[in-house]
Amino acid sequence: MSFYKPKFRHPQLPSNALGFTRAEYEGALSTLCAGCGHDSISAAVVQACWELDLEPHRIAKVSGIGCSSKSPTYFLNKSHGFNSVHGRMPSVATGAYVANHELTYIGVSGDGDSASIGMGQFAHVVRRNMNMLYMVENNGCYGLTKGQDSATADEGSRSKAGAINPFENIDLVGVALEIGATFVARSFSGDKEQLVPLIKAAIAHRGFALLDVISPCVTFNNHHGSTKSYDYTREHVQTGNIVDFVPSRSEITAHYGEGQNHSLNLHDGSVLNLSKTAPDHDPQDRRQAINALADSRDAGQILTGLIYIDTGEPDFHSMMKINDKPLNSLSQDQLCPGNEALQKINQKLR
Amino acid sequence: MRPTDIKNPEYFHKVVDCQYACPAHTPVPEYIRLIARRRFTEAYLVNWESNVFPGVLGRTCDRPCEPACRRGRLEQEPVAICRLKRVAADNKGDITTYLPDIPADKNGKRIALIGAGPASLTVARDLMPLGYSIDLYDENPKAGGFMRSQIPSFRLPETVLDEEVGYVLDMGVNQFFQQRVDSMKAILQQPYDAVFVGTGAPRGRDLDLPGRQEADANVHIGINWLFNVAFEHTSSIGKNVIVLGGGNTAMDCCRTARRLGGENVCVTVRSTYDDMKASPWEKEDAQREDIPFYPDHTPLSFVCENGKLVGMTFDRVKSVYDDDGKRRLESTGEEPVFIAADDVIVAVGQEVAFPWIEADAGIDFDDWGQPVVDKVSFQSSHEKVFFGGDAAFGPENIITAVAHGHQAAISLDLFLSGKDVVNTRPAPNVSMVSTKMGIHEWSYDSTVTHDQRFSVPHLETSVALSDRKAEVELGFDTDIGFHEAERCLNCDVQTVFIEGKCIECDSCVDICPTNCITFTTNGDESDLRGRLSAPADDLDQDLYVSDTLPTERVMVKDENVCLHCGLCAERCPTAAWDMQQYTYQVTKPSQVINIDASGIGFHSVSNVP
Ligand SMILES: Cc1cc2nc3c(=O)[nH]c(=O)nc-3n(C[C@H](O)[C@H](O)[C@H](O)COP(=O)(O)OP(=O)(O)OC[C@H]3O[C@@H](n4cnc5c(N)ncnc54)[C@H](O)[C@@H]3O)c2cc1C
Ligand SMILES: Cc1ncc(C[n+]2csc(CCOP(=O)(O)OP(=O)(O)O)c2C)c(N)n1
Ligand code: SF4
Ligand code: SF4
Ligand code: SF4
Ligand SMILES: [Mg+2]
Repeated sequence: MSFYKPKFRHPQLPSNALGFTRAEYEGALSTLCAGCGHDSISAAVVQACWELDLEPHRIAKVSGIGCSSKSPTYFLNKSHGFNSVHGRMPSVATGAYVANHELTYIGVSGDGDSASIGMGQFAHVVRRNMNMLYMVENNGCYGLTKGQDSATADEGSRSKAGAINPFENIDLVGVALEIGATFVARSFSGDKEQLVPLIKAAIAHRGFALLDVISPCVTFNNHHGSTKSYDYTREHVQTGNIVDFVPSRSEITAHYGEGQNHSLNLHDGSVLNLSKTAPDHDPQDRRQAINALADSRDAGQILTGLIYIDTGEPDFHSMMKINDKPLNSLSQDQLCPGNEALQKINQKLR
Repeated sequence: MRPTDIKNPEYFHKVVDCQYACPAHTPVPEYIRLIARRRFTEAYLVNWESNVFPGVLGRTCDRPCEPACRRGRLEQEPVAICRLKRVAADNKGDITTYLPDIPADKNGKRIALIGAGPASLTVARDLMPLGYSIDLYDENPKAGGFMRSQIPSFRLPETVLDEEVGYVLDMGVNQFFQQRVDSMKAILQQPYDAVFVGTGAPRGRDLDLPGRQEADANVHIGINWLFNVAFEHTSSIGKNVIVLGGGNTAMDCCRTARRLGGENVCVTVRSTYDDMKASPWEKEDAQREDIPFYPDHTPLSFVCENGKLVGMTFDRVKSVYDDDGKRRLESTGEEPVFIAADDVIVAVGQEVAFPWIEADAGIDFDDWGQPVVDKVSFQSSHEKVFFGGDAAFGPENIITAVAHGHQAAISLDLFLSGKDVVNTRPAPNVSMVSTKMGIHEWSYDSTVTHDQRFSVPHLETSVALSDRKAEVELGFDTDIGFHEAERCLNCDVQTVFIEGKCIECDSCVDICPTNCITFTTNGDESDLRGRLSAPADDLDQDLYVSDTLPTERVMVKDENVCLHCGLCAERCPTAAWDMQQYTYQVTKPSQVINIDASGIGFHSVSNVP
């Protein structure tokens, strides 16, 4: 049994613009079950942050409770992190963001953490368009507490014990579209070619980015009859917009053969190239996105890719006119201006 | 690429870099694990089976395994494989009970071995258990060949050599020592069924330069001089000594000269320092004994005064390389350098010499005086005569002589059983056994340690120089031996991929510390190498490719820097990866010791037909 990952890395690992190899973005050895989709997502985050040349110490990882919410331990161990309370990651993320909006926020949650106990918090962080990547590692069950059906389990899906789920499911992608998310995407832990560019685009996007990632629970929800298993997902995936993320510095070299192509400028100067396999779906049109989602659901398929993006909405920071400087860079006098200042404020409220 | 055929015994053999590089294919990781378990006797026997002289080789081997060691591609230094062999030899118990039984009733076949170096002794070791009657000839009073006459005692104590030569001689070899063989025809006229020639490369090259004749009394041929020191015909040398040559013989000469009264001993060599033939460690050991090296010096003449050598002159040169990397020496045009000397030792190479094999003995020689010998069977143009060791293809080293000995022994046994010596050779003895003991539990220590190579303690130089026979290297103690053994990556525990079980979850890809594994669409090798998780440009290291998986992709593993840590197998939910111990044993004519795949349970096998 291995208790740590050997320190040796491939001697010819490439470096990014900061001179870091991928190793600089890794975390501790995972204690999740062997084969858990969440571990693949962690690896995709490592790859994406490395490719984006992010400085690890300028990233904050926030999460709730669950196997998924544990996973930030397994990537970016040089970043800041807060493993919070079940379903309360959005509050902690908001607090941290208000204190220092300059960091890159990566929220990691589960379907239980977001669609059950945390549904209320989830809805509000979406509508505030806070600038963060909010990833739901969606396995259709409560993995950590041994596989009970979660609210994202599809109606009719069979649990490992054999029970059929009688309830309608919550599709967080649909919910987010309804309540004003500005970046909505879905992916699959088993498809890094799609997942990595989506994570990069979501991080580069200014505003709230929901990434719902189907992430099979090998132990409790990977059997025949489950609609969140590796096999079921592979058989039913319908790829929508394929994203190619081009960072601000580099030349645009991607070429597309089939489908229509579309380029989108993001706030940080990077470019999203979209190639659309479903020609009638424009990801900047919310109504079309909602229709595409409904169509795919009616067809019994799982729509993945970039489903909706709106780069024009103001984010939480500008809407709330939050102090530009992080709190930790303000002096004692600025943070606590004294009784006189307090009296002035009180005076205004009288 | 086509799916890798892992049933081909050479595929996984090649992954065990050290074993593959060893001419005798010693199962290195197997004995290193035994050392870590303090099973020194078994570790010794695993070696003895393969290389016959573990105690000698643990001190003197040329160690081609170490530059090949996978660890050397992951950090600065490879595992100290050679010095670990010595730990086994130094700490073993009595091995005599494990030695093969020698049949009292002989099989009626007689073989003559000419020369008692490592090649001949290996032939004897492999054939005695089968009941052959063996006559061993050597011109010297004791067996061992160059191991005795050339390698100085400060590198190889006589007791170590005597012990290991003794294990072979004590099998009942008929000894004809102090008997130089002067006629091959005479040998062939005796009732021998076959002859093996293991006479080495006993002629040292001379340098025919101006003044050579006049200086003769103080000019010595390196290997002759070392021979005279070893057999105590020579016990002193002048204060100022020049050693000509940059190979290991030169290193032994200069260090021996320091012990026989040489105060200012230097080494001159025509090449650059880096191009010197001597192993890096031999150069370091010489320099530690205050012996300066003068590279880029081509000898011009021996300088004599009143009929006696006083020194030599040298032209200063530089090495110029042409497009194919071939070296040429160009004079710098500077004034020649004079170096004073009371004695000069010429150590510029050695060659084979067969004045005792008559032209009409039925043995063909090529234009360079080298016998025509088959590379597989070691048979000469005379069907009864086989060659091996330095005599076969020119000077090499002990482990190569041993490897030749094993192969020649197989041929002799086949020949004397009336079988084809090329086409009926036995396949290697291989086995694959899963090391799985439970979930995430392996029967080998899969943890990778991060220790750097430990260095071997040395005897204090002043003490070493005052006693020609005092061994300089002190060897690892068992504690350091354990830690050094732990550095071994267990490259014989193979990652075996079982396609049918894989659900393509990527866990193995994600966990692998050195990015060995990729799932991708198939292509030809150069295309695939460009698309893997990490650069795969070491073409000597194979790609392990699976059959096509349900998603139309293949699994590709670059074997290059796999740590054999088992993490891929631990993270696989379906046990599609298994860690299997691969045992590869070069088949010997007689199975002298059976190596159990688990490394436990040794028994000697007498395999009398
Ligand atoms: C100075 C020196 C240092 C070396 N150090 C190392 C080292 O550290 N490690 C290493 O691996 N290798 C070393 N070598 C090389 C190694 O010793 C040889 O490659 C190896 O011993 C060859 O073995 P062999 O069995 O072919 O013959 P040899 O060991 O050369 O034995 C041949 C024997 O045959 C005898 N013989 C020859 N002709 C006749 C005849 N006509 N009748 C009877 N007897 C005869 C010779 O006297 C000799 O005893 C060294 C060589 C030299 C010269
Ligand atoms: C307040 C509170 N209620 C209940 C729990 C028990 N609990 C722990 S994890 C979990 C569900 C996690 O499910 P999900 O977010 O989908 O994560 P997964 O393990 O499936 O990745 C529950 C109910 C808890 N820890 N805290
Ligand atoms: S229980 Fe399920 S979700 Fe949790 S680690 Fe195991 S496989 Fe992953
Ligand atoms: S044993 Fe497996 S995980 Fe470990 S280095 Fe080799 S391929 Fe990678
Ligand atoms: S961990 Fe196992 S099942 Fe998963 S991809 Fe690797 S071999 Fe296949
Ligand atoms: Mg879940």
